[in-house]
Amino acid sequence: MASLDRVKVLVLGDSGVGKSSLVHLICQNQVFGNPSWTVGCSVDVRVQDYKEGTPEEKTFYIELWDIGGSVGSASSIKSTRAVFYNSVNGIILVHDLTNKKSSQNLYRWSMEALNKDSSPTGVIVSNGDYDREQFVENAVPLLLIGTKFDQIPENKRSEVLTRTAFLSEDFNAEEINLDCTNPRYFAAGTSNAVKLSRFFDKVIEKRYFTRDSSQMTGFTDRKRFNFKSLHYD
Amino acid sequence: LCTYHRFIFFFCIQVLFFGFGWLFFMRQLFKDYEVRQYVVQVVFSVTFAFSCTMFELIIFEILGALSSTSRYFHWKLNLYVILLVLIFVVPFYIGYFVVSNIRLLQRQKLLFACMVWFTFMYFFWKLGDPFPILSPKHGILSIEQLISRVGVIGVTLMALLSGFGAVNCPYTYMSYFLRNVTDSDILALERRLLQTMDMIVSKKKRIAMTRRQMYQRGEDQNKQTGFWGMIKSVTSTQTGSENLSLIQQEVDALEELSRQLFLETVDLQATKERIEYSKTFQGKYFNFLGYFFSIYCVWKIFMVKFWSQHISFILVGIIIVTSIRGLLITLTKFFYAISSSKSSNVIVLVLAQIMGMYFVSSVLLMRMSMPLEYRSIVTEVLGELQFNFYHRWFDVIFLVSALSSILFLYLAHKQAPEKHMAL
Repeated sequence: MASLDRVKVLVLGDSGVGKSSLVHLICQNQVFGNPSWTVGCSVDVRVQDYKEGTPEEKTFYIELWDIGGSVGSASSIKSTRAVFYNSVNGIILVHDLTNKKSSQNLYRWSMEALNKDSSPTGVIVSNGDYDREQFVENAVPLLLIGTKFDQIPENKRSEVLTRTAFLSEDFNAEEINLDCTNPRYFAAGTSNAVKLSRFFDKVIEKRYFTRDSSQMTGFTDRKRFNFKSLHYD
Repeated sequence: LCTYHRFIFFFCIQVLFFGFGWLFFMRQLFKDYEVRQYVVQVVFSVTFAFSCTMFELIIFEILGALSSTSRYFHWKLNLYVILLVLIFVVPFYIGYFVVSNIRLLQRQKLLFACMVWFTFMYFFWKLGDPFPILSPKHGILSIEQLISRVGVIGVTLMALLSGFGAVNCPYTYMSYFLRNVTDSDILALERRLLQTMDMIVSKKKRIAMTRRQMYQRGEDQNKQTGFWGMIKSVTSTQTGSENLSLIQQEVDALEELSRQLFLETVDLQATKERIEYSKTFQGKYFNFLGYFFSIYCVWKIFMVKFWSQHISFILVGIIIVTSIRGLLITLTKFFYAISSSKSSNVIVLVLAQIMGMYFVSSVLLMRMSMPLEYRSIVTEVLGELQFNFYHRWFDVIFLVSALSSILFLYLAHKQAPEKHMAL
C-alpha cells in the first residue's frame, strides 16, 4: 500500500457528539462499547469498494481521522491540531441533534479545517466569518451527520429535521441522521448506507479521477503564521 | 434616605450583580453548550449576586455609607439568604442533577436527591467536630454553627488557591523560567506525530486487509471438504487471528504514543505563545504585577499589617477585585477542562457552591486586613466565631499550598527540557 494512495477524510465536531462511536460504526460495523475522550486524533480505516457491482470495481482504504476537542479550545491546541488538516480529501461534520450549539459550531469547525487547506502558504486568515460562497465552490466533499436521533421525542422530530435540512443546504452536503449505538442505521441496503457509500465514492472520485485536486505535500515548506491576537490570562 | 428608598437601592444593585452573573454564565461558561435547565443558570446567578453583595457591604462599612443599623440589617439579611442557598438549594440541585445522569435512579429522582442531600448535611455537620471554631455556649441551631463550617471549607479553598497562585503567578510571567522554544523544535515534534499517525494508519490497513481476506476465505472455507481441507482451514485462521492480535497490540502502543506527542506539542505551542506574549506590552505589565504580587505574598507570609484607612480600603478593594476575577478565570478554565454536555449542569452548580463558600470566607478573612474600627460589624454579624482559628488555618494551608506548588513546578520545570532532549 503506497503512501501516495491515501484517501483522507476528517471527522469533525464538538466534544461529546459521538464522533468516535460513529467512526467505529462506519469502519468496524460494530457499536463502540467504551467511548472516552479523544486526545489529539484517532484514526480508523474503512474498506470501500469503489463503484461496487460494476466492472470498474476497485478496493480503496479510506482513512477516517477523528479529531478531538472543541471550537473554543486554547490556541495552542488549535495550532497543534492544524497539522492533521493537511491533504484532506473529504470532511464529515458531526453534530448532536439534541444540542443546537453543536450544530452552530460546525460552521466554525469547517472554517478551521478548510482555511487551513485552501490557502497555499498555510496562512490562517480566519476571522470567524462564515462565507457561503466558499462552500458552494468548495473542492472538498462534505457530509453532515446528526447523532443521538433516538433521544429526540416524536413530536420534535420534524422541527429538528427542518433545521438539519437548512444546515445541509448551507454546507452543500448530504445529511444522515442516526443513533450511533444502533447498527441497523447503516445496515446494507438502507438509504443511509447508500448515502455514505456515495459520499466515499465521491471522495475517491475527486481524489483520483479529476485533474484539479491540489494537494499540499509535506509540511517542511509550510509556514504557519497565526494572525489571531494571542489571548492569555 | 428612608427605608423604602434604601431597599430599592439595594435591590437594584443586586439585580445588577445578578445580571452580571447571568451574562458570565451565558457568554463564558456555557458558550459551547445549550442551556436546557434554566434553574441552573438562575441558581448560579443568585449565588453570584448575593456573594457580591457581601463585598459591597464591606465597602459601605469602610466608607461609612448609610446608617450603621441599616447596614447591620442588610448584613444579616444577606447572610441568611446566602446560607440558605449554599446549604439547602445548591447541594440539593447538585444531588438532583447527579441522580438525573444515572439511568438506574431515574424513577425516584426526588427521593434520591433528598437522600444525597441528607448525606451531605451529615458530613457537613461532622466537619465541625475536629476544629475549635465555636465557643461552647452556642446552641445547636444557631447561625454560627452553619457559618463556621462554611467558613472552614471556604478558607481551606482560598488558602489552597492563594498559595498556588502566589507561586504560579511569578512562575508564569517571569521570563527567567521560560524555556527556549524555537519553531524547529515544534516542527520536529509535529513531524514525529504525523509519522506515528502514518504508522498507525498502515497497520490498521493491514488489519482491515487481513480481516477482509479472512472473511472472504471463510466463505471458501465452508466449501473445503475432506480431512486436509479441515486442517488447512483451522491452521490458517489460527495464524491469521494471532497476527491480528499482535498488530492490534502494536497499534495500541502507537496510539498511546501519538497522544503523548500531541500533548507535548500542545505544551510547546503554549510555551511559545507565552514567550511571545511576555514580549508584548500587556505581557510586560503582567510581568511587573507578577513581581509585585510575589513580593506582597512573601510579605503576607511574615504577617506585616497596615493601619491607615485609605491603604486599607484600596487594599481591600484590590483583593476583592483580583479575588473575584482570579476565581472566575480559574473556574472557567477548570470548567472547560472537565465538562461535557452531560455533566455541565452538575459542574456549574459545584462551581457556584465553591464560589459562594469562597466569598463567605473572604469576608471572614478580610477582617485580617481591616482596621479595628471596621472589624466590629463583621464580628457583630457573624457572632463569636473564633476568628483567630481561621487566620491561623489560612496561613497554615497557604504555606503548605505554596510550598507544594514550588516543589511541583520545580519538578515539572526540570522534567521539561530533558523530555525534548530525547528527540
